Amino acid sequence: MQAASDTLFRTLADPTRRALFERLCRDGEQTVWMLTGDSGVSQPAVSKHLGVLKLAGLVQDRREGRETHYSAQPKALAPLIDWMSHYGAFWRERFDRLDSLLNRMDQ
Amino acid sequence: MTEAADTRTVVVERELPHPPEKIWRALTQGPLIEEWLMKNDFEPVVDHRFKFSADWGSVDCQVMEVEPNKTLSYTWGAFGVGTVVTWTLTPTMTGTHLRMEHSGFAPDRPQNYQGAKYGWQKFLTNLEQVLARID
Repeated sequence: MQAASDTLFRTLADPTRRALFERLCRDGEQTVWMLTGDSGVSQPAVSKHLGVLKLAGLVQDRREGRETHYSAQPKALAPLIDWMSHYGAFWRERFDRLDSLLNRMDQ
Repeated sequence: MTEAADTRTVVVERELPHPPEKIWRALTQGPLIEEWLMKNDFEPVVDHRFKFSADWGSVDCQVMEVEPNKTLSYTWGAFGVGTVVTWTLTPTMTGTHLRMEHSGFAPDRPQNYQGAKYGWQKFLTNLEQVLARID
């Protein structure tokens, strides 16, 4: 589980990969060629990033003739959702601030 | 899997040496909320929709329950995940027992994942900075 989270976070920490993943979430299935179009990155670089996204389970590929089609697998974000549930630290810090505010407030 | 195993809840509780009425003000008056939580356009009115905003993005909320000096709950929608925050105030001999329950974190609700919407971008940028510090 820890290793899976590390892979996911590291994969998404790259802005180019994140942009590719978000585009697939938004626009549905795309070919490498379509993704290269306005990414500002070369086609081999896009392919490489897609390979990393695939290893993290974030995208799935499907070959059709000479083209490979990629689609987003948002379920792979589950460890990120788990990680967000560590809201505990956030609330404890806010409780401290509330405590200090109450001490400053009139009755 | 059971519902309990599937969703997660964060609970924070504290004994505060203040009366419930005073804590209620800090939980329900916009300018006071801002001092300890976030900027907001909160109103203690059931069904009122409001936002908490911070430099990392915003949280879309709606008031669910208002029972003055006792209970307050609102939905908390951030990063495309809908959760619920419930505040419970119980008077004690020395003040108030304040309990906050943040529930509904579900790792398997595909409809909750909204990609680029809901401030993912900003959130992940922050994550990037956190990871950079860890390295």
